Amino acid sequence: MIKNISNLGDAALYCDFGNEVNKSINSQVIKYFKTIKEKNFEGINNLTPSYNKLIISYDLKKTNFKEVKNYVENINVQDSKDINSKKLEIPVCCHENFSMDIKRLEEILKLSREKILENFLNKEYFCYMTGFIAGMPFLGDLDENMRAQRLETPRVKVPKGSVALTEQFANIYTFESPGGWNILGNTPLDVFDSSKEDKPNLINPGDTVVFKEITLDQYKNYNE
Amino acid sequence: MSSNYLEIIRPGINTTFQDKGRDHLYHIGIPFSGAMDNRNYLISNKLVNNNLDSAVIEFAYQGPHIKYSGEKINCAITGDVIFSIKKKDTEIEGKCYESYQIENGDEINIISTNKSVYGYLALGGEFDVKFQWYSCSINTKANIGSNDGKKLDVGQRINLKKINSNKDIKKTNYINTKIENIRVIKGTNFDYFSEEGKKIFYEKEFTVSKLSDRMGMRLEGPKIDNIVNTNIKSEGLIKGVIQVPADGNPIIMLSDHGTIGGYPKIGVVASVDYDRLVQMSPGSKIKFKEINLSDAETLFKLYEMETQNLLSQI
Repeated sequence: MIKNISNLGDAALYCDFGNEVNKSINSQVIKYFKTIKEKNFEGINNLTPSYNKLIISYDLKKTNFKEVKNYVENINVQDSKDINSKKLEIPVCCHENFSMDIKRLEEILKLSREKILENFLNKEYFCYMTGFIAGMPFLGDLDENMRAQRLETPRVKVPKGSVALTEQFANIYTFESPGGWNILGNTPLDVFDSSKEDKPNLINPGDTVVFKEITLDQYKNYNE
Repeated sequence: MSSNYLEIIRPGINTTFQDKGRDHLYHIGIPFSGAMDNRNYLISNKLVNNNLDSAVIEFAYQGPHIKYSGEKINCAITGDVIFSIKKKDTEIEGKCYESYQIENGDEINIISTNKSVYGYLALGGEFDVKFQWYSCSINTKANIGSNDGKKLDVGQRINLKKINSNKDIKKTNYINTKIENIRVIKGTNFDYFSEEGKKIFYEKEFTVSKLSDRMGMRLEGPKIDNIVNTNIKSEGLIKGVIQVPADGNPIIMLSDHGTIGGYPKIGVVASVDYDRLVQMSPGSKIKFKEINLSDAETLFKLYEMETQNLLSQI
């Protein structure tokens, strides 16, 4: 449930669901997000769900803080609301051509390459949110022994498709972008496709993801 | 094949198609985009008898030099811009906020914006451009929008699919006002900063850095000290949010901002001051002034009324 609603500037509501990052709080955020999105309240022009917050921005020409707050406070979010999530398998190639930060991870985590990949691959991830760059999924949670900080100096260019880790999360760079996460592999899948306007994102908040390792040959032939 | 078109002789340094922007997409990571200075965008369209939400060419600092081919058409430039129009035998110095009729072979040379950042070129008609999510606005970072999401380039040809039949020449006396005080509303992490840091934020002057673009405006000046945590759990952003990362230098989110961020938010620029904020060029001095939500709402209403008045007089 929403613990507190405040304003973020003069054109957005800041809905605070708590400070922890866990599936149960995030599922609440996603339920609110989906309910409000479906109802299409006049004037609301964007909803940004994250781990434990929901930001609702609105057109100040059409509505205001008081109206939107009142609307959100009285909305009926059913607990049984199906968040309609999918289970996805994402191919990932961890060949040395792609796993740029494996050595760094071996040192930080004090685990062998094999062990790191074994831990990473045998796990189901939950998509908490998408964004920062278009379609980028934030997937959790990595085991305690797999958590590493960001690079001290972020890369100017992280290749498209890079699968990377930071703290308790994994993500996928949906296109070439600057970034500071620890790169473990690369997926040949298009995780974001702007030509599909109705469904540009392959992975959406609430979805479950498993990574399946593929060889370099399989990677090269994947899109043929 | 369209017979009315523009050819880009020189693209300028950051020339894109922009319109009203795209909404309902933050949750998948796509920002609002759209014309940075909304008021000047609307005026440019009105001056050439376009629908107010038509696509225009936005440029920053150095603008494009273009050659027009086709039937007679109106054009207008808004902002604080130095440009010329070259006709067969003459070259005239252009004035902003006036429409001009151009014809086959004429050239528009947008030399630069003057002590500001963005300017707008509207043509009386409709560009033949691709729309993505109901907007042609180019987001060069995500390669979304018209022109494959890329800046306009030299030698490129841009077709017009329609020309307005209303070719009335229009003019307005609008003058862009400059402000040094940007009004802000307290951010959700205001209390992350030391008493001294809060004081610095409201009392000291900051300088707009060269590292500013459509995504964000970086500021330099006295450092704002964080006493709680220099990171927060990543959460949504909106345009105008002022984040302060560990180095203590504020960054203001602008129209192409990343949709999620993990730095504490010290404040949010009031909507009323956004159009003027984006026009502050590198080297400009900024001071922040606190206002409350209800004043911000009232001031925006007045600003919006003023915009509507301006438009109705054109």
